[in-house]
Amino acid sequence: MRTLKFLLRKEFLQIFRNKLILRMIFALPVIQLILLPYAATYEMKNITLSVVDHDHSEYSRKLINKFTSSGYFILTDYSATYNQALDQVENDKADLIVEIPKGFEPDLSRQNETIIFLAANAISGQTAGLAVAYANTIIKDFNNDVRTEWIPQSQLNTIPVIEITNSNWFNPLMNYKDFIVPGVLALLVTLVGFILSSLNIVKEKEIGTIEQINVSPIKKYQFILSKLIPFWILGLVVMTIGFVISFIVYGIYPEGSFWVIYLFAGIYLIALLGFGLLTSIYADTQQQAMFIAYFFMLVFILLGGLFSPTENMPDWARYLTYINPVSYLIEVMRMLVLKGSSFWDLRFHFLVIIGFTIVFNGLAIFNYKKTV
Amino acid sequence: MLITEKEIVIKTDKLTKKFGDFVAASEITFEVFKGEIFGFLGANGAGKTTAMKMLIGISNPSSGNAQVAGYDIYKQTEQIKKSIGYMSQKFSLYEDLTIKENIQLFGGIYGLSDKEIKSKSEELITKLGLNTEADKLVASLPLGWKQKLAFSIAIFHQPKIVFLDEPTGGVDPITRRQFWDMIYEASHNGITIFVTTHYMDEAEYCDRVSIMVDGVIKALDSPENLKKQFNAKSMDEVFLMLARGAKRGE
Amino acid sequence: MKQLLTFVKKEFHHILRDKRSMLVLIGLPIVQLLIFGFAITNEVRNTNIAVLDNSKDETTQIIITKIESSQYFDIDRTISTSDQIEKAFKTGKIKVAVIFQQNFQEELAHFNKAQLQIIADATDPNQATTLTNYISSIVVDYQNQVNQQNKLPYTINTETRMLYNPQLKGAYTSVPGVMGMILLLISAMMTSIAIVKEKELGTMEILLVSPMKPRLVVVSKVIPYFIISLINVATILILSVFVLGLPIQGSLLLLIGSTVIYIFCALSLGLLISTITDTQQAAMLISLLGLMLPVVMLSGYAFPIANMPVILQVLSTIVPAKWYIIIVKGVMIKGIDITQIWKELLILVIMTVIFLSISIKRFKIRL
Repeated sequence: MRTLKFLLRKEFLQIFRNKLILRMIFALPVIQLILLPYAATYEMKNITLSVVDHDHSEYSRKLINKFTSSGYFILTDYSATYNQALDQVENDKADLIVEIPKGFEPDLSRQNETIIFLAANAISGQTAGLAVAYANTIIKDFNNDVRTEWIPQSQLNTIPVIEITNSNWFNPLMNYKDFIVPGVLALLVTLVGFILSSLNIVKEKEIGTIEQINVSPIKKYQFILSKLIPFWILGLVVMTIGFVISFIVYGIYPEGSFWVIYLFAGIYLIALLGFGLLTSIYADTQQQAMFIAYFFMLVFILLGGLFSPTENMPDWARYLTYINPVSYLIEVMRMLVLKGSSFWDLRFHFLVIIGFTIVFNGLAIFNYKKTV
Repeated sequence: MLITEKEIVIKTDKLTKKFGDFVAASEITFEVFKGEIFGFLGANGAGKTTAMKMLIGISNPSSGNAQVAGYDIYKQTEQIKKSIGYMSQKFSLYEDLTIKENIQLFGGIYGLSDKEIKSKSEELITKLGLNTEADKLVASLPLGWKQKLAFSIAIFHQPKIVFLDEPTGGVDPITRRQFWDMIYEASHNGITIFVTTHYMDEAEYCDRVSIMVDGVIKALDSPENLKKQFNAKSMDEVFLMLARGAKRGE
Repeated sequence: MKQLLTFVKKEFHHILRDKRSMLVLIGLPIVQLLIFGFAITNEVRNTNIAVLDNSKDETTQIIITKIESSQYFDIDRTISTSDQIEKAFKTGKIKVAVIFQQNFQEELAHFNKAQLQIIADATDPNQATTLTNYISSIVVDYQNQVNQQNKLPYTINTETRMLYNPQLKGAYTSVPGVMGMILLLISAMMTSIAIVKEKELGTMEILLVSPMKPRLVVVSKVIPYFIISLINVATILILSVFVLGLPIQGSLLLLIGSTVIYIFCALSLGLLISTITDTQQAAMLISLLGLMLPVVMLSGYAFPIANMPVILQVLSTIVPAKWYIIIVKGVMIKGIDITQIWKELLILVIMTVIFLSISIKRFKIRL
């Protein structure tokens, strides 16, 4: 215990002595948490629109009005031909082309059916899909307006309709930030903890001080603990600051209990730091540790479900997410912050993360050899 | 001095270390007595550091036996570590800690009480004349001072034996002389000194020296006897005669 | 020149000897690309849902079967009460619950109206919207089938063309994104660390007192990473074309030329980082913790820049990856030529010059 006390004092002295690193550990997550969630929005407000109106009728103008007044679209220009509109898309001036054919209004009234052409820049399938979906909704609305104008009410009521109501639980306002902030916070805590722990022991190796430790009677577990505890505290402090910012900037206050949040994060951090220390023990140089850390962080993050739901992944990738500690933290943070899940609801997640903790730290202690 | 009366603190028997096909240290057998300064000589790559690392318990031997401070180097490495001090050729104090903090850290690691640490560290700082620098980072000290400090910290917990691996590498002659004064003092206080070096003038300061060539101990005796045996004027000559056939080294 | 070659050789030896790092440097882009190409999709599949059928009649059975056979959803049969639904949401077992009203079929037949409720877990609003839409459209499809005979008059149909990417492959966005991200992160991280390492271990001084000009010392450290980056570009392009089926519509030469400029930009950013840090740890914190998320989120690759608040739109302009991604999308997928991307190229060149001149200035002051 006494040895551990001295080792801990050393680690803390070293951490607090390096002001640049200390500042970065706190400043980088804070700045990113304040700014970046604003970037994460799929809510399309400014879809640029190029209209090719061959009809120039009252109804074509009404339709265009409906587009521009919806709030989703910005009409950037009227093109005379489809090819002209295509140039706009090519130069990123327009995301979507709406082409209204000649005879749109007469066809609709006489033949009962008409057609509108949409063309979207689909390099990003997702934004294209959303843009087209919005456009379709507007056209459908417009269609209904036309029908209520032209068809007597009595005739409309004879068709059976399944009324679909939908409600969005846990986030009724569909605030994307409520979703992204806990995830980003989870990620930032992970990055801080992992970078610090993965580079630490290997730094002592590189500089040579580890030899002095190895010839001393320090026990392996004491050494590992002395590395783990300071970063564990730092990680929890960063998370706490993160929660304060989430509350002040985004008004996000966890639905669930803070006890459960900290309990989970506390265990998660031990697992993560164990993995970081394992990386550090395995690597010969800091550079190597860094590349290994970079590799795992990127894969963990990409498969962690921060931006895209893990449910949509093919089976092999979904199995990978089961062994990805980051995806558990992101999921649990969201469940606790937004859904207010209880400890009992999360028992499975707790079991898994405890498993990770035992495996990673066990391997770290086992692989840290005082002999060469 | 009659060697036979002395207590044996290091005893090795055919100690060997292999890395694959390469035999870094081959069947090393010697004894070191309490309180003596034992020089472990050899060119770079002769196997000195390898042998020393086995003795201090951070490298497992391939075969052979050894006892350090009465403990077996296979089974009792942790007891050995409590009884020894070590200073490596690579300077290994924490540069981002102050002089005082380094002393306190290593005092604590070796289980000294707070009171002991406090009184002994003040004593040490005064002795080294570092009173004004005590709260400065080790990084700011000149290399010679760092080495002296490292040695003082290696014997801070009063070990039975202190292992010094090329302790004076890169240090100017005056500092080297001062360093050896410190070694004498420690030896005088009953600490056994096990020192590797490739400076042959330093060999003259030792009570006994062993000379290693290509992983094998080629000679072991007091400098005087060795010079007599090889009919040489200095240890340098002795060494050159022995090392002529060496295949390894730079 | 000969000196330079010797130094470059020394650096290469360092890098090549370290097999693990090489594996990461060369292997990571491949892994990342494959994950993006195959694992990350926005297609719904295998999503667990619960169905609460309060009517249990023929119509509800048909609709449930339709939902189930869509392959998008797996129905969790163990859930049959509304209490269980709430629990299932909280444990994360289901994402959506579909609830049929009582006497569904009867009401539909007699009053031409029946209610169906879709409850979505809106923790992820985007996913909630998508799932709700999928289920709604299954129900609407069913209805249209039934109502075939009495179709509404005055119908406006739409015909949609998905330009450049008719199959809506995710790779069309992810490949340019991955290129922008990985080249920037790896190049910046590699150079900054290689240089800071020498500072931290005190070997920089030795290099600087050698007869080499300091500038050449730095150049020699950067060249190997430049070459590794080029290898990465080659693997990414080969994989994109032959495995992910991406086109290269425009000129390959233009694509490679722009990429070289971008790599220069990233390397000089790494150089800049190395002049403001003293330890490898600090360099890594900046290049990983400081760059990773901003590059992902502000480069326009994960989220459309046009929707961001003005401040972030402004900030995004200093992210080199943003400009490079525009170039790659343009040249690879749209097949545009240099007249349409010269502005972006110029911005990258200017950034490179700025990064370099600050680094050189700081380098002189410090050493």
